[in-house]
Amino acid sequence: MSPPQEQYYIGLSEASSVERNSDKISSSSSSSSNICPEDEGNNALNLKETELRLGLPGSQSPERKAGHGVSLFGKDLEEKTSGFKSCVSGAKRGFSDAIDGSGKWDLRMKVSSDVSFGKTEVLFSPGGGKDGASKNINTLQSCLPGLPGKEAGAPPAAKPVEEKNTSSAKDHGSSPASKAQVVGWPPIRSFRKNTLATNLSKNSDAEAKSGPSCLYVKVSMDGAPYLRKVDLKTYCNYAELSSALEKMFSCFTIGQCTSNGLSEQEGLNERGLKDLLHDSEHVLTYEDKDGDWMLVGDVPWEMFICSCKRLRIMRGSEAIGLAPRAMQKFKNQS
Amino acid sequence: MNQLWKMDPNIKKTKNSADSANYPEAIQSPSQFPDEVLEKVLSMLHSHKDRSSVSLVCKDWYNAERWSRTKIFIGNCYSVSPEIVARRFPRIKSVTLKGKPRFSDFNLVPQNWGANIHDWLVMFAKVYPLLEELRLKRMTVSDESLEFLAMSFPGFKALSLLSCDGFSSDGLKSIATHCKKLTEMDIQENGIDDISGSWLSAFPDNFTSLEILNFASLNSEVSFDALERLVSRCKSLKVLKVNKGIGLDQLQRLLVRAPQLMELGTGSFQQELMSHHCVELENAFRNCKNLQILAGLWDASYIYLHVLYPACSSLTFLNLSYATLRSDEFTKLIAHCPNLRCLWVLDTVEDKGLEAVGSCCPLLEEIRVFPAHPFDQDMNHGVTESGFLAVSHGCRKLHYVLYFCQQMTNAAVATIVQNCPDFTHFRLCIMNPGQPDYLTDEPMDEAFGAVVKTCTKLQRLAVSGLLTDLTFEYIGKYAKNLETLSVAFAGRSDWGMQCVLGGCPKLRKLEIRDCPFGNAALLSGLKKYESMRSLWMSACNVTMNGCRLLAKEMPRLNVEVMKDEEDDSHVDKVYVYRSVAGPRRDAPPFVLTL
Repeated sequence: MSPPQEQYYIGLSEASSVERNSDKISSSSSSSSNICPEDEGNNALNLKETELRLGLPGSQSPERKAGHGVSLFGKDLEEKTSGFKSCVSGAKRGFSDAIDGSGKWDLRMKVSSDVSFGKTEVLFSPGGGKDGASKNINTLQSCLPGLPGKEAGAPPAAKPVEEKNTSSAKDHGSSPASKAQVVGWPPIRSFRKNTLATNLSKNSDAEAKSGPSCLYVKVSMDGAPYLRKVDLKTYCNYAELSSALEKMFSCFTIGQCTSNGLSEQEGLNERGLKDLLHDSEHVLTYEDKDGDWMLVGDVPWEMFICSCKRLRIMRGSEAIGLAPRAMQKFKNQS
Repeated sequence: MNQLWKMDPNIKKTKNSADSANYPEAIQSPSQFPDEVLEKVLSMLHSHKDRSSVSLVCKDWYNAERWSRTKIFIGNCYSVSPEIVARRFPRIKSVTLKGKPRFSDFNLVPQNWGANIHDWLVMFAKVYPLLEELRLKRMTVSDESLEFLAMSFPGFKALSLLSCDGFSSDGLKSIATHCKKLTEMDIQENGIDDISGSWLSAFPDNFTSLEILNFASLNSEVSFDALERLVSRCKSLKVLKVNKGIGLDQLQRLLVRAPQLMELGTGSFQQELMSHHCVELENAFRNCKNLQILAGLWDASYIYLHVLYPACSSLTFLNLSYATLRSDEFTKLIAHCPNLRCLWVLDTVEDKGLEAVGSCCPLLEEIRVFPAHPFDQDMNHGVTESGFLAVSHGCRKLHYVLYFCQQMTNAAVATIVQNCPDFTHFRLCIMNPGQPDYLTDEPMDEAFGAVVKTCTKLQRLAVSGLLTDLTFEYIGKYAKNLETLSVAFAGRSDWGMQCVLGGCPKLRKLEIRDCPFGNAALLSGLKKYESMRSLWMSACNVTMNGCRLLAKEMPRLNVEVMKDEEDDSHVDKVYVYRSVAGPRRDAPPFVLTL
């Protein structure tokens, strides 16, 4: 009865659960590639899968198999251009900015803010003595690379409690490749879990946080499947903001860009915002304190960041007549 | 104990032998007091336990008690039925109902399990048209039910929904629209559909009776204008807890309108503020002379915490459990709060922060330390045994603790309870299941042994870490006042659970998950379960046969099983509770009542 228990913990073969993990990345990669086969029968997972694959901190994109990766954008990762690569790395940056080293938080951010979030988690309850294969298995836990601390062998399973606990007791100095997430453990109410996840995504690095607060705002792009967040305080002017947004969202517009012959997104340039966003008929707007949607670029930068609550990359078709003026103003600003 | 279930009006019971000497006279001669006087006297009894005891004295007292009872508390909504309640108590104004087992808070109970309020409301509408208060915990409440409630009870005053599900903000709109005499709307931590914040605008312009408003856990933004006007015209408002959508400048305006507040839950604490706004906000706090409880502080940015300082010295309860403060930031704040009785924090304050608590808050009675990263096994974060030790050292009046930590030692716990022997609630969660004493590698048995031996007043205990049956031997033997016990990933054999069931004379609630307790353990409590509210066992070694046997032997218990998908004999979850209402009729298909 004992050996199957260990398979509940995705990615942990018996060997890896016992041996000390010196190579955390490889074990996390192997565990991440295990997500796919065991990920069955769970609704809303496909999106989650691809989201997981997008730049989990520490995981290496080359390991992703073709077809499993960012098919979200209709592009195979292997075929990505340098620009796409920068998108992926940008995505990784964004993710690792947002998360304190755990893919789990990423997932929480992406799934709807519905408080009944707990039900959408793919978790299982490690009961005793059962073959784990048909149970819903946790897809969240696998990628915790680089975590020092307790050995992951410590299991909750009822029957083999004794031998497992002794093994974990001995190994508690070593680091876990990954730790299975058990349903309802630690015992924290969903509301608190969800709230903390959102909080922590805003205050990314507790250690780095000093002085004035960050100014994270949501950035949405029409047609993109999920939003991003940027800290306006990290930019000094509109140019920096626009190039950052370009990097973040270029992967969403690859399709259009390619058709316009702009498949090569080489670094930043002044034309960034205009070219990408304008040429593909997007306009950058923001919602101010009064709830009105304004064109980005009209007011001085400092005033902008004080009043900007969120950003939206609108389709040009919805911002008829504004785009040319945006370009004009933008040129005047920079 | 909830004696509600012994409902037979013909009961003639005596409390003790002294009474029985007088008893014969009581039967033969008319009551020494006219009924009205007896009722008047009994109406001054408020404690449920007292009332239950009183109702057992004799038939006259039973009747007088039932006529004078206006508040009813039902700890398990399935232990009794609406009909039975209605029959016994004709004059109820306030109802408190609890539904699902507590582990439903942690997603261990599937959706649609039950605990629906609607049938209760229908009965109440018939029998208690003057109902004023409804307090629900872990119940399913639909929008239709809320609307029904709003329309059926013209004098309705107080609604409190904690950890409930099934409704949306539309339901709240019905309440706001129709309950003209509402004094309390307390919505906490529910799994609901937050469609929009427009419910707040549904309070009529001439509505002024609100005293308690808590919408902190709702996500949708409300109209600030409507909120400000509401706060202005409700002069008796004592408790206001807003949600994250309310910023600092708006908070200032609210405080200016309601300086009489006793409890405040702030909104987001992170907005950019010009310095003169900061001064205004600080002044607003200074003017809140009655503020005792402070919560909210979402995303609290340290740079604005100083605005709280003028109000800190009178604070008795500070809830920072949603503010990710570092230890240095927190230390500066806590130094201003010497009168704190109750503190909730995140473990981002670390041991150093807790040391500051120990130094600054000698009157502290309750502390809860929540994990900021519950799923992160990084030992460099959070609190350890030293933080807990530091608090116990400085706060000798401590009697309630909820502590999430990554590591603990037996020695530390032993010292902690030496420092604070008055613990009534000791809930320790070592977050890694089955983790031993990190210094000695031994099980944590001696830690909890020390707790139960030293803390004789202990009512509630939650154990964690690597535990053998010895822990449960200790608990069974020493925890004479224990009422609630939560066990997870612990124990070695049936013997552990048998010890608890064989001891702990006052045990009411036992909840167990992922432990190697089987049928022998389950059945050893046959006689005990009728004196308890409920037993929950999930992911243990209990089988259908064991549960069937229990159900057969104890017909007055409801034995509800949620089966394991693959294994027909193995039981995934079993929930056992006493009931006078018989098996429930609304059990969903996945719940088998044996």
